[in-house]
Amino acid sequence: MGEHRTPGVSDEQLLYARILAVGMYTGLLTLLVTFGVYLSGAVEPAVPIEELPRYWTMDVQTYLEAVNQEYLHRDHALTGWWWLGALDRGDFLTWVGIAFLSAVTPVCFAGVVPLMVRKRDWIYVAIAVTEVAILALAASGILIAGGH
Amino acid sequence: MALVLASLVMLALLPAALGAQEGTGATAAAAAADPAWWFWPLVLFGMTFVMGILAAVGGVGGGVLFVPIVSGFCPFHLDFVRCTGLLVALCGALAAGPGFLRMNLASLRLAMPVAMIASACAIAGAMVGLALPTNVVQTLLGAAILGIVALMMRARKSAFPVVPRADRLSQILRIHGVYMEASLNQEVDWKIHRTATGLLLFIGIGFMAGMFGLGAGWANVPVLNLVFGAPLKVSVATSKFLLSITDTSAAWVYLNEGCVIPMMVVPSLVGIMLGSFIGVRILRVAKPSFVRWIVIVLLLFAGGKAITKGLGLPFIV
Repeated sequence: MGEHRTPGVSDEQLLYARILAVGMYTGLLTLLVTFGVYLSGAVEPAVPIEELPRYWTMDVQTYLEAVNQEYLHRDHALTGWWWLGALDRGDFLTWVGIAFLSAVTPVCFAGVVPLMVRKRDWIYVAIAVTEVAILALAASGILIAGGH
Repeated sequence: MALVLASLVMLALLPAALGAQEGTGATAAAAAADPAWWFWPLVLFGMTFVMGILAAVGGVGGGVLFVPIVSGFCPFHLDFVRCTGLLVALCGALAAGPGFLRMNLASLRLAMPVAMIASACAIAGAMVGLALPTNVVQTLLGAAILGIVALMMRARKSAFPVVPRADRLSQILRIHGVYMEASLNQEVDWKIHRTATGLLLFIGIGFMAGMFGLGAGWANVPVLNLVFGAPLKVSVATSKFLLSITDTSAAWVYLNEGCVIPMMVVPSLVGIMLGSFIGVRILRVAKPSFVRWIVIVLLLFAGGKAITKGLGLPFIV
């Protein structure tokens, strides 16, 4: 491992910390770089920056419908992973960093499962797998709130 | 200390200066007439910078200040504010997590069962929060903030709670640990009890974190410390680490609903991280108890504002 080890720290905790650190720095860097691209205007945003004050006062459903009607022109205002289809727009490009940061935790849990299996720590294997399933369900976009 | 006071004055004056700008719907046209698009993101950056200082010195998470203050005194809709609040709390937790885990202050074994319950309930809370009318959520948010203030004023803390013996559930889960206590220059062994009661409490904590986008450090620490009986440092570090899991689940619900405006998220993240950086340095010379009272007064103010805004009543500014 080559790093100073605090007494009592388990292998899986150290592995989790290592994955978390790499994911966090990569995510933050991605977020800042993509936001810089958005601010610079190098990639044209879907919603012009100077128009944003018209939209951030709206509730999210009104906002999505307005943005779709005025700029995106899709069949309907899309939710879930719809932003992946709009990565050629500067504002949605920034979502990559945000999604990356939100994906770090399930990757950490998935990463420590093999180590726990090797230790036959079955209760914590079950907890880790359940946690990955919960986070995957949240990320899947299946769970859509009813709206205001 | 002067910087803390200056921060407080800034934060206190901002609402008064900006009070006329609040509102939704009918004020959309007024918002469009704002001087420039960068005005509110810049205000957001300034506010979160101050919040970062106060949060670090006052010992609270940024999320619990962010949502009531920004939703109360800025024109941004509560949907976007809650999502941004969650992302602010999430990034702070992601940044602190590796260090706490390596130092064995945050315990993965303690956090995992708690996180499983809290993150599932945070999803439910986020869905309910997005489905309810905004004024209802705003009013409930105000009530929750006032409840948090009461908790902050009443809750005791125990550096090394007495746990006579670990309960059966914590023995089965093998939740125990050891960490180096620098103030005593010795290793401290710890174990927990009342595990089932503590886990049940995280149902409510997770739900509220998701519903209001508050983060949940204000509740995590008292439960881990006073109910489970984990040492205070372990409770604080594990609480911070827990947020990285709980807030991830709720954040995905908000992301999938489209509640992200990068022009709100990034200035807030950078502001609160820079503020926290300064705050940690101020912590060496400031009196945390004094700053804690400032935070309590701010939360009282923001909680009152949220309730009156939710009920459509006039407020003092």
